[in-house]
Amino acid sequence: MSAVLLPLVVALPLLGAALLVTGGRKLPRVAADGLGTACAAATAVLTLTVRPGQEWVGGWHGVGIVLAGDRLGLGLAALVSVLVVAVLVYSWRYFEEPPRQYAGSFPALVLIFQAGMCGFALTGDLFNAFVFFELMGVVAYALTGYRVDEARAVQGALTFGIVNSFGGYATLLGIGLLYARTGELGMARIGRALATEGHGPDALVLCAFVLVMTGLLVKAAAVPFHFWLPDAHAVAPTPVCMLLSGVMVELGGYGVARVYWTVFAGPGGVPAADVRHALLTFGVLTALVGAVLCWQQRHLKRMLAFSTVGHTGLFLVGLATLSPEGLGGTAIYVLGHAGAKAALFACVGILLDRYGSVDEYELYRKARELPLVGVLFACGGLALGGLPPFGTALGKGVAEEAAGHAFGAALPALYVVVSAITGAAVLRAGARIFFGLGPRPIPSDEAPETPGEHEVPETAVLLRRVPATMLGVPIALLAGAVAVGTVPRLATAVGTAADRFTGQVIPSPPPGWTTPGVVLGILSAVAAMALATAAVRMPRRLGFLRWTTPLRRLHSGHVGDYIAWVVAGTALLALLVR
Amino acid sequence: VSVLGVMPYAVAGWVFLIGVYGLATSRNLVHAVGCLAVTQSSTYVLLIAVGYRDGGTAPVFADIPVGRKVVDPVVQALALTDVVVGATVTALLLALVVQVDKRHGTLDPDELSELKG
Repeated sequence: MSAVLLPLVVALPLLGAALLVTGGRKLPRVAADGLGTACAAATAVLTLTVRPGQEWVGGWHGVGIVLAGDRLGLGLAALVSVLVVAVLVYSWRYFEEPPRQYAGSFPALVLIFQAGMCGFALTGDLFNAFVFFELMGVVAYALTGYRVDEARAVQGALTFGIVNSFGGYATLLGIGLLYARTGELGMARIGRALATEGHGPDALVLCAFVLVMTGLLVKAAAVPFHFWLPDAHAVAPTPVCMLLSGVMVELGGYGVARVYWTVFAGPGGVPAADVRHALLTFGVLTALVGAVLCWQQRHLKRMLAFSTVGHTGLFLVGLATLSPEGLGGTAIYVLGHAGAKAALFACVGILLDRYGSVDEYELYRKARELPLVGVLFACGGLALGGLPPFGTALGKGVAEEAAGHAFGAALPALYVVVSAITGAAVLRAGARIFFGLGPRPIPSDEAPETPGEHEVPETAVLLRRVPATMLGVPIALLAGAVAVGTVPRLATAVGTAADRFTGQVIPSPPPGWTTPGVVLGILSAVAAMALATAAVRMPRRLGFLRWTTPLRRLHSGHVGDYIAWVVAGTALLALLVR
Repeated sequence: VSVLGVMPYAVAGWVFLIGVYGLATSRNLVHAVGCLAVTQSSTYVLLIAVGYRDGGTAPVFADIPVGRKVVDPVVQALALTDVVVGATVTALLLALVVQVDKRHGTLDPDELSELKG
């Protein structure tokens, strides 16, 4: 289909949301959910069939708002849409209690979320990127605090909102500075204007770069911009977590890549060496902090949240190579990660709705009656650990090779270590909860931690039997993660997309399995299993790590602290690109 | 560039920074959301300053002669959009603050200590 249809990718979910808001309360629940799912699915089909291209919305050629649907952006919009469909199917049985008179409210919010994320992926206009950034932000805050009667949920949503919107305003200041310099708002036109002016990177351009990146790095949850993420993920309803971790955070990284390559990559922008250096620093820091804190969690959603932080760090390292190989590998990694992480959240949701708890210690041995869910959970852990043939392993292999070429052999080691630790944390929890392995873990009373006991289930009553939708969705998502690794056409398409995105004229070799990639993938997966086994056997030695306490204390839940850290991160970024 | 020409930018920077200071040290969540709105108002100041032209008038073309110098209308459209975004964000965050007060019985961020580690 021609690119003229690009605006529909944003308009269709918005239309669905409008229908649900106006007519939802008159519809029976099944019809409302069905309408929402149909709209999301139609958008997914559209993103997969529309031809890449540029479209001036409303025909205001040259002056209006431009949508630039390149292959990478369309691919991300497709990922968003497919995940939204999965989430809507998964939550078929969710939220029966509070807003009975507003049957359509949840699917309507999810559709607006979809529109915001798709718009952000497709926009070619920097100011509109800010608008879509805030649109997906606001809906995400509302969805995080969807259960308004829960103390923690509203607190997490508020923190999420204040920190993200603060980042958004920093971005807008940067956009204002760029407009002041160039008189343009289209990303490509700003890039061209900066290049033709030709007075190199001066203070104003650097300042604009730092401010624009601040908001995007907040969304991408790079350390030290990441503090909102674990708080939001720990309290958001499970289907929302699937979207937040699966794709919204990754969109922040996409924004970094998009803005760098379209706006700042030319002469008059920011020197590539500085950007590489800055992204690498943030990436390594994020990956290590995320992995260590993931290992220390007992609250399952918080554990998965920190694992997302760790993987985001690896994504940033992949972007830091500024090469089509690094970008392509990272894109495949993001696809595989979305499937695995969303499936893991789906499994945690089953635990929550059946036992009213997401606490590793409290759930010990309880879920032995759910072996299938246990196997799915373990598969998710192995996928995070980078086991071939999951897409995570393919993406990790390609990205770590690119990072190794660009920055030396320490970087592949970082990929292996972070994958192993985040995978091991999941495997450890799964072994205890679903298979009852090891002695009963004893909580430490010294650690500042968030336990996950006594959580309110998200279904009307505690589930007796796991509904087919809640079981089918994680299976489909994991199958998707395998498909990403095993369908060569998909990897080739991502490779082409990355070439176009980075302006590579001579096509680079398509990303695929290599011997070192497979070996390192198996290595990290085996290390994850070994680490998990050791932790289950020796809970005292490998449970509470005292040296992490200062780091954990920084995650205070205090919104003022988090804002101070965002400012510190901005200062660090400014120092790195100075 | 004259001192007066730099002033609006300095004001924008200053407003942003006092907002940050307020957010970081806030002892009340209503105040914190207010401070967020203050940081946002720095973006209004910056945008309007960027579009200012010496001797330009308001870009309402119905009642000015053709060729009259006007200030940049684009940034005004941006500022309006920005106001709408800000109103949405502030309203939603204040609604969440009300719920925090109901469920926690406090508005002091120092006393919210359930999410940590």
